[in-house]
Amino acid sequence: MEKFTVHTGRAVPLRRSNVDTDQIIPAVYLKRVARTGFEDGLFSAWRTNEPDFVLNQSRFDGASILVAGPDFGTGSSREHAVWALVDYGFKAVISPRFGDIFRGNSLKAGLLTVLLDEKVVQRLWDDIEDDPSTEVTVDLVERNVRWSGEVHGFELDDYTRWRLLEGLDDIGLTLRHTDEIAAYEAQRKAWFPSTTASAVNSPT
Amino acid sequence: MGKTLAEKLWDNHVVHSAPGEPDVLYIDLHLVHEVTSPQAFEGLRLAGRPVRRPDLTLATEDHNTPTDYTLPLAGVSSIKDEVSRTQIETLRKNCADFGVQLYPMGNAEQGIVHVIGPQLGITQPGLTIVCGDSHTSTHGAFGALAFGIGTSQVEHVLATQTLPMDRPKTMAVTVSGDLPDGVTPKDVILAVIAQTGTGGGQGYMVEYRGSTFEQMSMEGRMTVCNMTIEWGARAGLIAPDETTFAYLAGRSHAPSGAQWDEAVAYWTSLRTDDDAEFDAEITLDASTLAPFVTWGTNPGQGAPLSESVPDPEAFDDPSDRVAAEKALTYMGLTAGTPLRDITVDTVFVGSCTNGRIEDLRAVAKVIEGRRVADGVRMLVVPGSMRVRAQAEQEGLDAIFTAAGAEWRQAGCSMCLGMNPDQLAPGERSASTSNRNFEGRQGKGGRTHLVSPLVAAATAVTGHLASPADL
Repeated sequence: MEKFTVHTGRAVPLRRSNVDTDQIIPAVYLKRVARTGFEDGLFSAWRTNEPDFVLNQSRFDGASILVAGPDFGTGSSREHAVWALVDYGFKAVISPRFGDIFRGNSLKAGLLTVLLDEKVVQRLWDDIEDDPSTEVTVDLVERNVRWSGEVHGFELDDYTRWRLLEGLDDIGLTLRHTDEIAAYEAQRKAWFPSTTASAVNSPT
Repeated sequence: MGKTLAEKLWDNHVVHSAPGEPDVLYIDLHLVHEVTSPQAFEGLRLAGRPVRRPDLTLATEDHNTPTDYTLPLAGVSSIKDEVSRTQIETLRKNCADFGVQLYPMGNAEQGIVHVIGPQLGITQPGLTIVCGDSHTSTHGAFGALAFGIGTSQVEHVLATQTLPMDRPKTMAVTVSGDLPDGVTPKDVILAVIAQTGTGGGQGYMVEYRGSTFEQMSMEGRMTVCNMTIEWGARAGLIAPDETTFAYLAGRSHAPSGAQWDEAVAYWTSLRTDDDAEFDAEITLDASTLAPFVTWGTNPGQGAPLSESVPDPEAFDDPSDRVAAEKALTYMGLTAGTPLRDITVDTVFVGSCTNGRIEDLRAVAKVIEGRRVADGVRMLVVPGSMRVRAQAEQEGLDAIFTAAGAEWRQAGCSMCLGMNPDQLAPGERSASTSNRNFEGRQGKGGRTHLVSPLVAAATAVTGHLASPADL
């Protein structure tokens, strides 16, 4: 995973609430087996059907921070939603509230999801709509978001922050505890189910 | 102070705990399907890592599979879409390479991942269960701690059989009393979601409690827990009881003999202590509930069937108002229209929410001796091949086809637009599935979430209806 420390870029206002992951990337794009190249699926229904959709407005071309309404990323667990945002060029998403699974996925994949108060988000929306060239800084070191003289702190637990700052692989971190995993396994109940035991029909 | 059931299950699975770090939880069962796993297996290959516990891992094919094939199958040739076929073939190769048990399309044990776990008896009380699928919450119906996860986490579980997680808060949803006639578990959970909104459960593990859930069948409990994710909660669970044990007894992967007795003794201990405290509580009176349908584009935008499409102006919260306006535009609905006046093109019965035998029986009871309305297409899709076989043994398939419905093979089908079962742009469905998101059932499709009873009555009348309207 790439390290995330401080990112400065332009931002795009997505004035919608309840943007579920089916909207971020429709199911038809999930049939692929590769991990990259999902940018064409990002918000594809809205980009196709709504000429005025923010990502169709050239004044927001090249923006790397998405600013969304509350409950962004609800619904399906598809990590493809995170990959589509990253592949499209987004480094961070700001919202007053995220779907839990989407948030977890984003922080595993190095896309920083930032919680800001709804009123602050609305002010940021107004400012970037007034001037799309506004430079917005998302600072993980200081845990704040800055633009045009505004500074707003955000919360992120120390552990996740450290992992992102260092760009650490979660699996590698857990494998440090292999002995504890083995010790746990040794005391699991003998009758806990196994997927390979008994009553399996042979494939047709 | 005592502990809640969710806290007990959590504590029982902590492998490693340290201040300022997430707990590392042991995972007892990892369910896998073709959509969210290919990149995870590829990650293992790149890192040279094996699957730590293939014997705790189980795979099936459900999202991409067509449901209109005939048996016996000749390989994967019945999947016409090349990209879908590749994804299925990739899962088969991955399971073969890494030694994971797979139930492929056409196999007697194949089905929607959340239907086959319980019917095999692999889903058991007290376990931690994960799957790269948000509806993994279904398994909580057995008193298991079950989470939907992303693909990075799928890879993590494959490699380590554990998951680092921060412990969510706990919430109790208590519903007491008998459900009125025609009111189903689906209506209970739709009412909960309408009350809380799609984000109301965020950050919580929810325990459903009270006499209404105690009286529910396992199928009904699964429907409730399945849609826990639709109000944002991390997991939903119900304490195991005699109903749970009776469901599990004799299933192929459930314990037997002396181990059965030991298991029941353990399962019986899995209850929230009397002096435990939840971080939040919601209470509903079952007698006030009615058949519920959605009118909008998220599962929280629902109302009793007897009401009308709401006026967006009536919403106090500005973002709710804007969301309602957008939803009515997408759904092609006018405020004030009675919900019963909404006509549909398609009725879909199936999915991990309502694709079990009890759901099919309920639909058959309503539709027997009646006809699907002219101009309405009705799909009945069993959640698994076993459900299909059971339904055929009971003659339900004959009732469906006599009424003019299509009787299909098992799979996710029209719940999501990944296989050939889709709505055309502008088409409207009454669907027993779990999500009414824009385009969920096909690009431009419009979805009303309903119970199996409402689905059946709607198929007969051609407009949203309950059996009492027939």
